[in-house]
Amino acid sequence: MADAAGRLPDNIVYFVRALRRAGVPVGTAQVLEALRSVQLVGFTKRQDFHITLRAMIVTRPEHLLIFDQVFAMFWRDPDFLENMITNLLPVITAPPVEKPMKPAQNRAAEAMAAGGGKPRDAPPKEQLEMDAQFSHSDVEKLMQKDFEAMNAAEIRQAEQAIGNLRLDLPRLAGRRYQSAAQALRIDRRRTLQQARRSGGEILTLAKRRAKPRRLNLVVLCDISGSMTRYSRMMMHFVHSCAQARGSDWAEVHAFTFGTQLHNISPQLSIKDPDAALAAIGQHVHDWEGGTRISASLGVFNRDWARRVLSTPAVVLLISDGLERSGLAALEGEISRLALQARELIWLNPLLRWDQFSPQAAGIKAMLPHVSSLVACHNLDSLQDLSEHLNGRRSVDHKARLLRLLQ
Amino acid sequence: MLPIYGADIVQNLPQSIDATTALLASEGYVADRALSTLTFLSLTLNRPIFLEGEAGVGKTELAKVIAQGLGRDLIRLQCYEGLDASSSVYEWNFASQMLAMRNGAEQSDLYSEKYLIKRALLQAVEPHASGAPVLLIDEIDRTDAPFEAFLLEALSDFQVTVPELGVIKAPEPPIVILTSNRTREVHDALKRRCLYHWVDYPGFEREMEILRARLPEVNDHLSREVVSFIQRLREEELFKRPGLAETLDWAKCLVALDVVALSPDVITDTIGAVLKYQDDIAKITGGPATRILEQIRQDMQAL
Repeated sequence: MADAAGRLPDNIVYFVRALRRAGVPVGTAQVLEALRSVQLVGFTKRQDFHITLRAMIVTRPEHLLIFDQVFAMFWRDPDFLENMITNLLPVITAPPVEKPMKPAQNRAAEAMAAGGGKPRDAPPKEQLEMDAQFSHSDVEKLMQKDFEAMNAAEIRQAEQAIGNLRLDLPRLAGRRYQSAAQALRIDRRRTLQQARRSGGEILTLAKRRAKPRRLNLVVLCDISGSMTRYSRMMMHFVHSCAQARGSDWAEVHAFTFGTQLHNISPQLSIKDPDAALAAIGQHVHDWEGGTRISASLGVFNRDWARRVLSTPAVVLLISDGLERSGLAALEGEISRLALQARELIWLNPLLRWDQFSPQAAGIKAMLPHVSSLVACHNLDSLQDLSEHLNGRRSVDHKARLLRLLQ
Repeated sequence: MLPIYGADIVQNLPQSIDATTALLASEGYVADRALSTLTFLSLTLNRPIFLEGEAGVGKTELAKVIAQGLGRDLIRLQCYEGLDASSSVYEWNFASQMLAMRNGAEQSDLYSEKYLIKRALLQAVEPHASGAPVLLIDEIDRTDAPFEAFLLEALSDFQVTVPELGVIKAPEPPIVILTSNRTREVHDALKRRCLYHWVDYPGFEREMEILRARLPEVNDHLSREVVSFIQRLREEELFKRPGLAETLDWAKCLVALDVVALSPDVITDTIGAVLKYQDDIAKITGGPATRILEQIRQDMQAL
């Protein structure tokens, strides 16, 4: 191959290496196929060469732009690119690729600076002992304590408790089947097999039933200034849900919004909760700023809803609902969101006050459209979420607040 | 059924990119250079094509056109959630098997081809008189991850397994085209085995060409107005931007109504052919539509 095409194979390999550094994943098999196809198409037109490589190498629309830029630079002067690639990275890289490394580097640096001490995020050992010392009433207190009122040690424990939190989730009947002793549908294939064994007589009917399937979870978390004290804890909660993907939930997608909507699903796949939160912190730039609930929901409805709500999903909206302007638009967006979700559950930390009444205009606009309203200011209230997901409403905040409104 | 692959049938594959463009054009499909290259490579390398893009940009149409142009059979597998082997590969005809067994048929005969109901994937790997068929796996994003994983085997080796009969392998690999509307991200493992192409909305010139090729009865002035209007509409912030299919539909509607030029009233009456969401319709009809129409009139006069 090398003889036939001269230095071309080498150059393609170098080009692919440059692409990988720019964040486009390319497999070796794809490179081989690309070499074959380039030979097939011939190397007469630059445009054909470009299209051929692109068809073989790119698998996602968001990589098309990176590919085109690297292609333009590389085939002008490969050496130039080699020298420039490090400087160019921030411009042409999709941000998530490099970012997860950063907190780890920082932590490593901190660890070194501290004279070989433990990294900041490693779970301190004495915590376990404290857990053991906890009496029943202490645990009870922690469960009921407002996140806002917790001290650093309690927050640490609460974060661990959230990490271990498992929700009791409803399952849906899927469209695939599994065999079962007691069921309504006849498994015809197994019935025939059994009948063959008994010389063509059907003695028992084999049965099958719909295989239960898990729901998808979509979280929309408000991170504006008024939510400051809760958003970190909520991020821990979302991370714990995302880690339970495959066991509790089928798929988990999460978004943050303040003034802008950010998709944080890729960051949530990082196992270590502190590293994941650090990665989210770098990805999201509007922490503790203003809030534009209506505009953010609008962007979600337009750009993401069709992609993440196409299969049955529970949507958790974590927000205090304090929006003052554009209420008609807010109502439109929330009703559209509610129509697309199997259930839209609103987690609102303001419910920590017993006397809370829905006077804010934003809350009035959103309340009628959500399927239930749940508090989220302490560990107990997060447990309540399980109840709501299963349709058991011991405390029905929505009905109570709607009565107050009338 | 014996495979009869005459040399001439296999030879009818286009031999260059330009020949591929011509083949597609002969069936009224105006492809850009990228899509022609991709089609040429797919036919020559026996690799599936993966087309992704918004609804109504001509993804499914490509499969139909290739099948027609090459004179091959088209086998279509429409994906949906919960699609499984019994509705995509094969199923045993239980009732006939039962009857045969009651009539004392030989045990080994029960699992013969006589009782096999063949579905799309099995049909695609069987020999066809007119050469390897075109297999269209439509809207793969509607199905789920387990089915995608199942497809990996079928698409890389072009074979399917029926436990009672054994492995059935295609004598000649079918031409496979997968489409996705990207309502869900399809796994990279599947895309890597394919030639990937993102189908974008066509530019003004190409959309005009397509309209001319598909609906020659539309007069040039009206086509120009329709295409400019739709191109402008795609720049608006809409919930669902109109695709190529909407352009063609709209032009057909206008011809049926004997319209020779667009007017605000005509747009209001026929906007349902272009925009499919109530919010979008409310946003565009009336003032904005008139404004866009005036703009395109000015642009056309400036030319």
